[in-house]
Amino acid sequence: MRNLMLATATAFALGVCAPAFAAGEIVITYKDDVSTLDPAIGYDWQNWSIIKSLFDGLMDYKPGTTELVPDLAESYEISEDGKTFTFKLRQGAKFTNGREVTAEDVKYSIERVLDPATQSPGAGFFGSIDTIEVVDPHTIRFNLNRPDATFLHVMAINFAHVVPKEAVEAAAGDFGHKPVGSGAYKVAEWTLGQRLVLEKNPDYWKPDTPKLDKITFEFGQEPNVALLRLQRGEVDVLGDGIPPAQFLEVKEDPQFAGQIVEGGQLHTGYVTMNVKTKPFDDVRVRRAVNMAINKDRIVRIINNRAVPANQPLPPSMPGYIKDLKGYPFDPEGAKKLLAEAGYADGIATELYVYNTDPNPRIAQAIQQDLAAIGINAEIKSLAQANVIAAGGDGSAPMIWSGGMAWIADFPDPSNFYGPILGCGGAVQGGWNWSWYCNEELDKLAAEADSITDPARAAEREKMWSEIYRKIVEDAPWAPVFNEQRFTMRSKRMGGDDSLYVDPVHIPVHYDAVTVNE
Amino acid sequence: MAAYLARRLIQAILILFGVSLVTFFLLFVLPADPARQLAGRSATIETVESIRHELGLDRPFHVQYLRYLGALASGDLGRSYQQKTNVSTLIAARLPATLLLMVGAIFCELLIGLTMGIAAALRRGRITDQLLMIVSFVAVSAPQFVVGVLLLYVFAVNLGWFPIGGYGSFAHLVLPALTLGILGAGWYARMMRSSMVDVLRQDYMRTAKAKGLKPGVVLAVHALPNAILPIIAMIGIDIGIFMSGIVVVESVFGWPGIGQLAWQAIQQIDIPIIMGVTLVSACAIIIGNLIADLIAPLIDPRIKLR
Repeated sequence: MRNLMLATATAFALGVCAPAFAAGEIVITYKDDVSTLDPAIGYDWQNWSIIKSLFDGLMDYKPGTTELVPDLAESYEISEDGKTFTFKLRQGAKFTNGREVTAEDVKYSIERVLDPATQSPGAGFFGSIDTIEVVDPHTIRFNLNRPDATFLHVMAINFAHVVPKEAVEAAAGDFGHKPVGSGAYKVAEWTLGQRLVLEKNPDYWKPDTPKLDKITFEFGQEPNVALLRLQRGEVDVLGDGIPPAQFLEVKEDPQFAGQIVEGGQLHTGYVTMNVKTKPFDDVRVRRAVNMAINKDRIVRIINNRAVPANQPLPPSMPGYIKDLKGYPFDPEGAKKLLAEAGYADGIATELYVYNTDPNPRIAQAIQQDLAAIGINAEIKSLAQANVIAAGGDGSAPMIWSGGMAWIADFPDPSNFYGPILGCGGAVQGGWNWSWYCNEELDKLAAEADSITDPARAAEREKMWSEIYRKIVEDAPWAPVFNEQRFTMRSKRMGGDDSLYVDPVHIPVHYDAVTVNE
Repeated sequence: MAAYLARRLIQAILILFGVSLVTFFLLFVLPADPARQLAGRSATIETVESIRHELGLDRPFHVQYLRYLGALASGDLGRSYQQKTNVSTLIAARLPATLLLMVGAIFCELLIGLTMGIAAALRRGRITDQLLMIVSFVAVSAPQFVVGVLLLYVFAVNLGWFPIGGYGSFAHLVLPALTLGILGAGWYARMMRSSMVDVLRQDYMRTAKAKGLKPGVVLAVHALPNAILPIIAMIGIDIGIFMSGIVVVESVFGWPGIGQLAWQAIQQIDIPIIMGVTLVSACAIIIGNLIADLIAPLIDPRIKLR
């Protein structure tokens, strides 16, 4: 017994002291394990930005912004007709196995994603590619089947990151756990389910990058436990952000002043209305719903972790219409619209909602607002898969999108249209749950996306704004709010706040954050 | 003995077969689509269909199940949908942590449970006895999630004696092992008490006292071994109870064992991992029960294996 106590005491001394951090080394926590680091497969919160730090694509974004810049590509050329993209690769960019990155690798990497055997979720992003040509070891050309203004964004997405063929083959199907890339960091140590250690790639081509020597990711840490550890100085960044339950308490605590970072997300939460079925086939009813919902109250329900929305695009997305008034909160006006549409006696309908908090609470608030104008919406609170299925087969008259809402894959207005508001998504099993299909807008969208000349980007953006203005008029959705992200960093962490809520390197831009010492 | 073991082995195989069939069927009828989950929200319908086909999820139930069984027969637990790695590798990487946690839990439940039981038996009928039995009753009925969070809050957050979750040193093990073991401790306290009370009434106890042995010696040499042995035989059965507890305890403490692996796999609908962990747990329970049955006749010769 005494021996045991001695052993315990020793273990305390060894294990419990706050770790003394070396300069340039930080600790980040996540709740869930990082399941894979293969850029062709990884598509979740934990691995998205880690993959961006291990691999490079032809294009990337300026840290903390949505501004496209060439990355592995040194320069690019777009043909007059917008159907041929030629990239010149940077000389001297190397994989961490020492070999230079060539055009052949770029071609291989994208064809690997397109190969069904890879089971990549990203194959659909490359729909516009017709053929890929290796012109010389440092030049690659993509011939497209249509002009595609989003192609530079597509070349920046993780699925287009470059992998060395020999390492993929050597890993024999397990590249996700044996990643080799050309990024700012490389994997130093990985214990499945526990920790992943990245260390600086000393041969990285980008000057002064990365800023840190080592990042340790610790997995399996509940967000509230992570928050406690950050207070104790054991953790530098909360990978999963501030847990909602502790949000108000933490925000009010002066001890954390200056450590909380808030950022926008390319996200919109909305109510879809199935325009193919009564009563939502009548635009007046859809507008009435838009006017009935008290968005400010809903934002308060989720502790102000969002801003009210009046249009499909989130504010940080190019093409967002700043001067748009949207529909005012006006229950009386909404009642009048309903009466005009011939529904003075009220409407009975159903509101589908994903059954995890806070979504049922939000749905109840919407239900009360609708009841005030005579729409009696029965709440169907179901598992996520059931709600998605009901939206995809058109059986749900209304859906609150929370927990399944669209978050853009890249910062371009077109990414909020096709699958969720365009005719292409209004099919069985699609994501266009309002089944809104306006062929005129589809045509306009195709036209806007054929403007590939970067000099005409502003013109294109304007075209997209007009498309969304028209959508707001037709009101297939009632946009409710744009979610904000809140995270916390330790006092020693430096760099601009935007790096901790980066719009593209989600959640944190590991290449660019620094430590003040 | 050999015939007995052979019969138990056949039983074990039948049980595993039944467990695999039921689990596989439940996952099959689950209103969730692994292909869609894997494809993520932006995938086109073609991508989802292509992934479904690659995983073989477009086949009828019996084809999928027979395929799984065929691979299982050759020891192949399949590949994780999400991680694209052999399930056996993933389980092997996490099993040591779970085993360590179980050893810790067994130690905790015996230490606490037996001590409480002995103390209660020696003070039978008095206030100590009643208090201890109330404590043991609470221990048996308290949800592990609550116990875990409570211990974490008091001993790690407020007092700072232990790290707040994680894995790596002895200090990390204490709280999760205690949480997992506390339920068993309650059981053992009650069993030890009645076993001890039983033994204290035996004739040989009176004989020992009558021949002039000191009370401490009587207790240590004559009472304890006889009272503890039947209880030790129960440890094998605890494994089944632990298996249901590790999912909760490992999640609360961020302990990187197979419970955590299963929990994450369920969220990702990673069927091969869910199946693998379920079968490994079933094996552990079968082995635990077998050990308990084999030990029983060694302790009490009246019990015969049939």
